[in-house]
Amino acid sequence: MTDAGFTQVLGSCAGVLILTAVLQLWRRSLSGSVTLLALQGAALSALIGTIGVAAADPELIGVAVLVLAIKAVAIPIVLGRTAAATGARREDAPRINPTAALLLSAVLTTVAYLASRPILGAAPDAAQRAVPVGIAVVLIGFLLLLTRRQAISQLIGFVVLDNGIAMIALLTAGGVPLVVELGVSLDVLLVVLILRVLTGRLKHVFGATDLDDLTELHD
Amino acid sequence: MSATVTTMLLVAVQCGLLLALAPVRVGLMRQVRARLEGRAGAGVLQPWRDLAKLARKEPLRAPGVRFGGALPVLLMGASLLLVALLPLLQTATLVAVPDDLFVVVSVLLLGTVAIALLGLDSGTAFGGMGASRHMTVAALVEPTILVAVYALSIPVGTSNLSAIVSARLDHPATVVAPVSLLALVALFIVVIAETGRLPVDNPSTHLELTMIHEAMILESSGRDLGWVEYASWLRLGALLALVANLAAPWGVVQHLHVLAVLIAMVALVLKVAVLGAAIASGEVFLAKLRLFRVPELLAGSFVLAFLAVTASYLTV
Repeated sequence: MTDAGFTQVLGSCAGVLILTAVLQLWRRSLSGSVTLLALQGAALSALIGTIGVAAADPELIGVAVLVLAIKAVAIPIVLGRTAAATGARREDAPRINPTAALLLSAVLTTVAYLASRPILGAAPDAAQRAVPVGIAVVLIGFLLLLTRRQAISQLIGFVVLDNGIAMIALLTAGGVPLVVELGVSLDVLLVVLILRVLTGRLKHVFGATDLDDLTELHD
Repeated sequence: MSATVTTMLLVAVQCGLLLALAPVRVGLMRQVRARLEGRAGAGVLQPWRDLAKLARKEPLRAPGVRFGGALPVLLMGASLLLVALLPLLQTATLVAVPDDLFVVVSVLLLGTVAIALLGLDSGTAFGGMGASRHMTVAALVEPTILVAVYALSIPVGTSNLSAIVSARLDHPATVVAPVSLLALVALFIVVIAETGRLPVDNPSTHLELTMIHEAMILESSGRDLGWVEYASWLRLGALLALVANLAAPWGVVQHLHVLAVLIAMVALVLKVAVLGAAIASGEVFLAKLRLFRVPELLAGSFVLAFLAVTASYLTV
């Protein structure tokens, strides 16, 4: 792959990652959010694969396949089923309205660029220049976690956060060992599965999956 | 012939072309929409016939109206200036009047202010409400236009629109780059909002309480109404042509030649016709957004433009 082509593909993948994170703030329907999450997982996998091909590192390509299987296929399917099982269709009343959330995401992106300046050093290469995008994805994931009320949308925010962390780890360290990524990804999958069960219980007890119902202790 | 005279001649050709074809484009969009909805439609020349009819009619003005016939003419002037400034046929610019991004946006704002004043001037509640809504939308739209075109201007290093179009012609790879796609989508959304098309405003009805454009021109009649409609069509035509030229810059004259100018004219007409037909067929499937959801759409487009700017620092 040529150098310019590598930069272009890297830039496109980073662009899709941040774009899907921002669109998560915009969309209210849960099925749309799950589709966006699958797209984001695919973009992360493509990013890892691109760096793997450029570095001719078979282990990284293995990591890319693993991420594709877990984050673009397994987690979205589990979340989609949870949404269908609990009957939750839309995130109706997020804590801040989408307009404010979108503008806040612009502020967060700026913060990410400012905060990552010391990390990058004097002459960043193409991969390092995408680090601020990773930080922005992490911050937007936090924003999703904080502002959403539905259990499933909070789960989506958590996975977005994890995607951002994976992206930063990849770009700053120039690659992640297969064992580490295997551990982290399976952890995330496990968390999603456990929370799916908890969401099912929530629905069973309260009749809805709004986490604001969980403010009092019961026997 | 000196270069300045040639450029002025080309600008005149550009203005003439858009003046002649703006009503036809509106007719085309209405016709496409009518056919898709299963109606016969009035034909693409109907807007011209409407204009001719309005031009013959005497305008009726309420007794308190201050500026009367001046505002429609000011609006028309602003639209014409916009058409003259934009690099639609050629990329050469007049030295005296640069087609800088900020000049273009301020000319756009001049037209916005003229039509809002027109709404206020009539003294009716509807006009005032329309003007207030139009200014709200304009306040959200202008920063997005600036930021979106700024994102396109970063790789070129100048905010001169001609230079941006010309650079995109020279490097076709930049047209499909993520930066350019994000910026173009943002620009497209704000052009739709600024010119009052669906889903921001419904251009085909007088009968909605939340209308914007129609509320402001409700009290205009006769020649005044004709000017206002013509100017609005011209404005939409110019902005669509700009978006089309940024998205597909091919056909724009770089080296002056009579044949090249003819090709550029045909290319421009084709691009605007395709874009207009696409918008009209999209509008069939859209309903108007609730007025309080409009800022959400515009904030979304602003964030897209903002991301385009950050992404352009990513790949420089």
